[in-house]
Amino acid sequence: MAAELASAQDVAQGLRDVGYLADDATALVAYLAAQLGKPILVEGPAGVGKTQLAKSLAQATGRTLVRLQCYEGLDEAKALYEWNYRKQLLRIQAEADGTGWDDVQDDIFGPEFLLERPLLRAIASPEPVVLLIDEIDKTDQEFEAMLLELLSDFQITIPEMGRIEASSMPLVLLTSNNSRELTEALKRRCLYLWLDYPELEHELAIVRLQVPGLGEQVARRLVEVVAMVRELDLKKPPSIAESIDWARALLLLGVQDIDEQIFRETMSVIVKHRTDLDLVAERVGVKLSSAQEAPGGAPAA
Amino acid sequence: MAPPRPDRSGRPAVPASRRAALFAADRTGPPEGLVAHILEFGEELRGEGVAVGTSELLDAFAALPQVPWEEQSIFRETLATTLAKSPDDRRTFDLVFDRFFFRASELAAVEEGVDEGAMAAGREGSPDEVDLDDLRRQIAAMIDAGDDDALRDLARLAIFAFGQQGEGSGVVGVDVQRIRRRLELRTDPQPEFPPEDPRHGGLPRAGLRRFEQVLRQELERRQIARTGALPPARPLSDLSRALPSGPLADLANVHRVVAQLKRRLKTQGLEQRGSRRHAHVDVRRTMRASLETGGVPVVLKYRPLRPRRPELFVLCDVSTSVTSASVFFLSVLHALHDSFRRMRSFVFIERISEVTEILQRERDFKAASAAIGRDAGVADITGYTDYGRVWREFLEQVEDELQPRSTVIVLGDARTNGRDPAVDVFAQIAARAGRTYWLNPEPRLYWNYGDSVIGAYAPYCETFECWTTAQLEEFVKALTAPHAMKR
Repeated sequence: MAAELASAQDVAQGLRDVGYLADDATALVAYLAAQLGKPILVEGPAGVGKTQLAKSLAQATGRTLVRLQCYEGLDEAKALYEWNYRKQLLRIQAEADGTGWDDVQDDIFGPEFLLERPLLRAIASPEPVVLLIDEIDKTDQEFEAMLLELLSDFQITIPEMGRIEASSMPLVLLTSNNSRELTEALKRRCLYLWLDYPELEHELAIVRLQVPGLGEQVARRLVEVVAMVRELDLKKPPSIAESIDWARALLLLGVQDIDEQIFRETMSVIVKHRTDLDLVAERVGVKLSSAQEAPGGAPAA
Repeated sequence: MAPPRPDRSGRPAVPASRRAALFAADRTGPPEGLVAHILEFGEELRGEGVAVGTSELLDAFAALPQVPWEEQSIFRETLATTLAKSPDDRRTFDLVFDRFFFRASELAAVEEGVDEGAMAAGREGSPDEVDLDDLRRQIAAMIDAGDDDALRDLARLAIFAFGQQGEGSGVVGVDVQRIRRRLELRTDPQPEFPPEDPRHGGLPRAGLRRFEQVLRQELERRQIARTGALPPARPLSDLSRALPSGPLADLANVHRVVAQLKRRLKTQGLEQRGSRRHAHVDVRRTMRASLETGGVPVVLKYRPLRPRRPELFVLCDVSTSVTSASVFFLSVLHALHDSFRRMRSFVFIERISEVTEILQRERDFKAASAAIGRDAGVADITGYTDYGRVWREFLEQVEDELQPRSTVIVLGDARTNGRDPAVDVFAQIAARAGRTYWLNPEPRLYWNYGDSVIGAYAPYCETFECWTTAQLEEFVKALTAPHAMKR
């Protein structure tokens, strides 16, 4: 599996083949992570393709994606493992009288009664997997501390069973929206990758890859407008996925050029808050209408 | 996305002897000299406040042999991903990287007596042989493609082509602009070129700036080679270290920090309750669940935790003594309103005025601050802050609503203009509210000097120095620190 990723260029090519355009730094970090067996901590604003990176890496390497979505109050029972109490209880009740305690104990704390949660599943999998720990900043610090053993040694300790070591080296990605400062201990164990909104040309390439039917000119105009919208102070700036959605919408409508009217009619695809809508309509709509006049007016004059 | 690597064969080769002088080693790993350099580099990063641990440096050494690190951009990215672990750190890293390796390689060159200018001249003949139009076209193409290594080589060539015609002014900044003009690189569209030429639609501004940077470095390098000595190193100033930002970005920053604040205020207290957290067993649901297991209550069902709704009261000083900070405070207030529903805000000078409605109505920050300036009517006669009166009026207005769950935040400089500070009234407010914070826009150094009475209020609230977003973040961080929980 890892043989496929012989260099950073291979990673970039593999990702491109599954429809993810990674920039040089992303490909390099992904490659290093696979080579060094270190987790990647991916940070950046919402909607720049952090989660998608993990999915695409899994697809490109042919590995299974194991995903752990983090949220406030996530605990070990939901992330690591849990004993299947009911089954254990039934096992005890079904036990004939006279069986010694030791026999039962050995029995009910076996793999049969263990419910695997994502982290344990990723570790115990015989095939190497891609483990995505999504939005790690949503959890408590205690959970982060718990992850440390997993991330540095790829092992999990279950008191009743002992240590479970990874049988294969998973590729681990942690994503964070930077809503909370992560602990130094966690950062130290990871390679760091900051994903920002892509540059204009890069986003253009992404849109053209994802929506091949859209005309070159409209696509360029589209990413320009999206870049303009991101400049504003919005509650939620448009993500790459939303640019793509917008491109699809424009393709469906058969739009040849983005003028003010088209923009006003379709901007709800990229702007999702009422207050944001007002702001964008005011700032960008006006710019579009004036930009429309300028090229139109020049040849006439 | 990786731009396709440009074909370099069509270009006159430029000797990379300087790089070779530093990286004289095979692909197997960083050579001894480089290891020492990286350690020094780590030391320098620490000096600029980036927490680089030994384990990080070890990671860097483990990572380098895995990649073709002779290429500068790969070398840089590899070090960055292992050493710099936040956007701020990355910014510092880039600055220090440029400074450090530039100086290191220059020093090596000076020590070994390598002079690239002379070598280039020797190998390539006279500058007249360089095809200027071709050079212009190539540079434009590379700026458009954003290939740093190629740009660097081309910059050397450009200096070589223009620099030896007796036009060097000796001042680096002047030379940079002169060469750029001679190369006819502009951001505005130049329709005389064919459409496939990047100059046809104008060059990207960022790319052009990057080229100027490279050009400047190369010129400095020439200067060092000429004089044979390094200029003294300067530590980074706060200005260059800060991420580039405008007023809009500042506003966005405040919004971001306030979003954090909201999370903190919401979740706080949950961890404090600790053991009590699981104390409320829902007997009814537990019994029902036990039917599944034959009446044995295997799974305990708990009453759901009701997250506390923070109730905020924010008092914001808008008098002349805090003019410089009041825009910042108003933007904090504005951002708070975006995040919290149960919140009442007041502005005050001599008396207070509730502005909750204005802030709820006006989404735009400018319109909101204008409306506050127009409608609030907080200055009575003198226009000087009267804290005593403010506390009394505040208590009168919200007395019934203040409860242990509410948080009071005061934004002000505590300068009473010699009037009665009414500490006892403030103490009453603090006693009724669950938590009271005071954010003071003055540097701590000036506290309690002159008519500042922050010291008198300090026993009843937690005080913070706060006039930048960074300090606002400190405040948010302090909220979660354990000592803030003692109340």
